[in-house]
Amino acid sequence: MDVLYFAWVRERIGHPRDRVDTQAATVRELVAELRAREDRYAAAFADLSALRVAVDQELTDFDAPLAGAREVAFFPPMTGG
Amino acid sequence: MDIRVQEAAFDLGDEARAFAARQSGMGAVVTFTGIVRDVGGRLDVMEIEHYPGMTERALTKIAQEARARWSLGDVLIVHRYGRLRADETIMMVATAARHRADAFQAAQFLMDYLKSRAPFWKKEHGRDGAAWVAARDEDEVALDRW
Repeated sequence: MDVLYFAWVRERIGHPRDRVDTQAATVRELVAELRAREDRYAAAFADLSALRVAVDQELTDFDAPLAGAREVAFFPPMTGG
Repeated sequence: MDIRVQEAAFDLGDEARAFAARQSGMGAVVTFTGIVRDVGGRLDVMEIEHYPGMTERALTKIAQEARARWSLGDVLIVHRYGRLRADETIMMVATAARHRADAFQAAQFLMDYLKSRAPFWKKEHGRDGAAWVAARDEDEVALDRW
């Protein structure tokens, strides 16, 4: 699946997307896998309360299932308008 | 319904006039415009990032929700991304309704949701460096009234 990062999450990780092969059942499990990759991922995902997640371009929460998901995105709270 | 996410500047007057002109039987048009603020003269550039694809979906969903709640003739949302300077127009919403209460309330609803449910992020580049604009608690609280 494609994992996308926006705003400071992208800056902290250093690139805008990863192609990930994962068996993670939920977003939270995917986060655990990403954290284990490298320090910069651990830093980006240190505080989940500072992050929001979308699965297939719909806002959801960290317990959302990933079955069939094609795209997961992580970003800070939005500041539109 | 007209929803546009674009880098290019737009003319507020042209957009409002064209929106009003294509309505029929609507007694009220309300517009809201968001403008880049330079607090204390320190802003060089306001950078707006978004999530292509999800942005359009989220805005469409918010506009559809407004149409379900109020009696509206039409909705317009234009939101820019990219690098903007102080006093440039960031975005606008317009609502058309038979009566003003629906148009006003729907415009406020669109803005409240757009602030914290549409995937845009602002970064201020200024004399003191660059920093991402933090979401405000009030913006989240504002959703409760709907």
